[in-house]
Amino acid sequence: MTELAEQHDGQGADEAKPASERAQRKMAPIVPSQNIAGRALISVIAIMTFLSCLTLGAVTLVRDTASMWENQIAREATIQIKPSEGLDMEAALAAAQRIASEFAGVRAARIVDRAATARLLEPWLGAGLNIDELPVPRLVIVTIDEDSPPDFASMRAMLAAEVPSAMLDDHRTWVDRLVAMARTTVTLGVAVLVLMLSATVLSVVFATRGAMAGNGHIIEVLHFVGAEARFIATEFRHHFLLTGMKGAAVGGLAAVVVFIVFSWWSSMNLATPEADQATALFGNFAIGVTGYAGVALVVAVVGALTAATSHFTVVTYLSDIDVGRPDGG
Amino acid sequence: MIRFENVGLRYGMGPEILRDISFHIPQRSFQFLSGPSGAGKTTLLRLLFLSLKPTRGLINVFGKDRSRITRHELPMLRRRIGVVFQDFRLLDHMTTYENVALPLRVRGREEASYRTDVIELLKWVGLGERMHVLPPVLSGGEKQRAAIARALIEQPEILLADEPTGNVDPPLARRLLRLFIELNRLGTAVVIATHDLGLMEQVDARRMILSGGRLDIYD
Repeated sequence: MTELAEQHDGQGADEAKPASERAQRKMAPIVPSQNIAGRALISVIAIMTFLSCLTLGAVTLVRDTASMWENQIAREATIQIKPSEGLDMEAALAAAQRIASEFAGVRAARIVDRAATARLLEPWLGAGLNIDELPVPRLVIVTIDEDSPPDFASMRAMLAAEVPSAMLDDHRTWVDRLVAMARTTVTLGVAVLVLMLSATVLSVVFATRGAMAGNGHIIEVLHFVGAEARFIATEFRHHFLLTGMKGAAVGGLAAVVVFIVFSWWSSMNLATPEADQATALFGNFAIGVTGYAGVALVVAVVGALTAATSHFTVVTYLSDIDVGRPDGG
Repeated sequence: MIRFENVGLRYGMGPEILRDISFHIPQRSFQFLSGPSGAGKTTLLRLLFLSLKPTRGLINVFGKDRSRITRHELPMLRRRIGVVFQDFRLLDHMTTYENVALPLRVRGREEASYRTDVIELLKWVGLGERMHVLPPVLSGGEKQRAAIARALIEQPEILLADEPTGNVDPPLARRLLRLFIELNRLGTAVVIATHDLGLMEQVDARRMILSGGRLDIYD
């Protein structure tokens, strides 16, 4: 036994047992769990994930709202019959209703009766209006099956033949403009989302590489004590997957909380002018299952991205060490 | 065990740091590698440890030609070579015990299978009381011994030590030297890179002196 060991022998017997017991405690992780770079990485990931999820939620909201507008408008068409000399308005309305009802794809055709027409005009002409005294156009509301709409061209032709003063308005122009506007809004939203996700990807990649830079000496030591590249890469990948998921989960949860709070706020303020305004624009502020699934996807992607970046950083680092050519050849 | 034949090495387009180096390290041998600062001792150790490739010449390690060793074979070969770095390279977030056990841990071995061996070795190098201490708390000599224990835990066939007494006082340097001699008696070949002439005078061993990029050997 050496002199070094002899120095220690005096206490060796007493030390052996507690030392052995202490050695059974949980081993320190290969990659240190927390450092400043690691905490900064979690913060960056959490913030970027939060912003990405908010953008995703906003795009989902706009897309759903646009599709809601489109469907609501496309659900109805109107037949307008203008009064003219010698026209039997009631007969013309009945004929128009009959023609419309006969078409496949029409769910119902309803004549707007005198009282309802008077109510429509009440804001402009006042109460107590006798509708027969004025040449007021009358309406037939045609409810349409959105999935298989009727042939509006033949309906228009038949109406022109039987009721010349009838005009069919299928709201096409209005729907087309709304659809164009909705599509533009969604396209813009998707573009913003793509930019946001790209910024997230770049931030996560660079923040991960920054955090990895502080671990170079660990990779080197592991390499020199005979660890295989696969082992080192796996250790770092697991560590950074956890770090990434932790940050992404915080960001994603914060975004979900924001959505829930908005949804709750809008439901709590129903029938107030502010909520009416918001509801008119964005529906009930709920992002639905697709939105929440999107948030989960963003969280998973960010976690995977962090792990993949650390993996490639380790592999590159190791291949740089292993090339081992002083002339770089 | 390790053979160099006309090995030359240059960094980039600079002059050759090592020129026509030829030697053989037999099993169970003991040698000092010496020379003035900047003579290329650490570079030669890196060649021995397979972390550098020569720009010319042949290196044969454990019967394998260095130029034919693949990246996947390196970890297995490195496990047969123990290295004590000049700057210790201990991981600060791991205790002395965990640092010494690291080579076994990275091989996927269960802690229960090596716990006793690690504790025995730590006692052998005189660190029995310091096994649960983190490296920043250790003294220079203790760090050095922890680094030596880590290099020895896998019972390597050869131990390379870069200035192992560079950070310790002369009495501790002598004790470390005795540790290396005892290790050599147990069958491990030892190469100690040092410019400490006093240390070399204490042992009658082969001296490999690097100077001006060339190597002279005094048996």
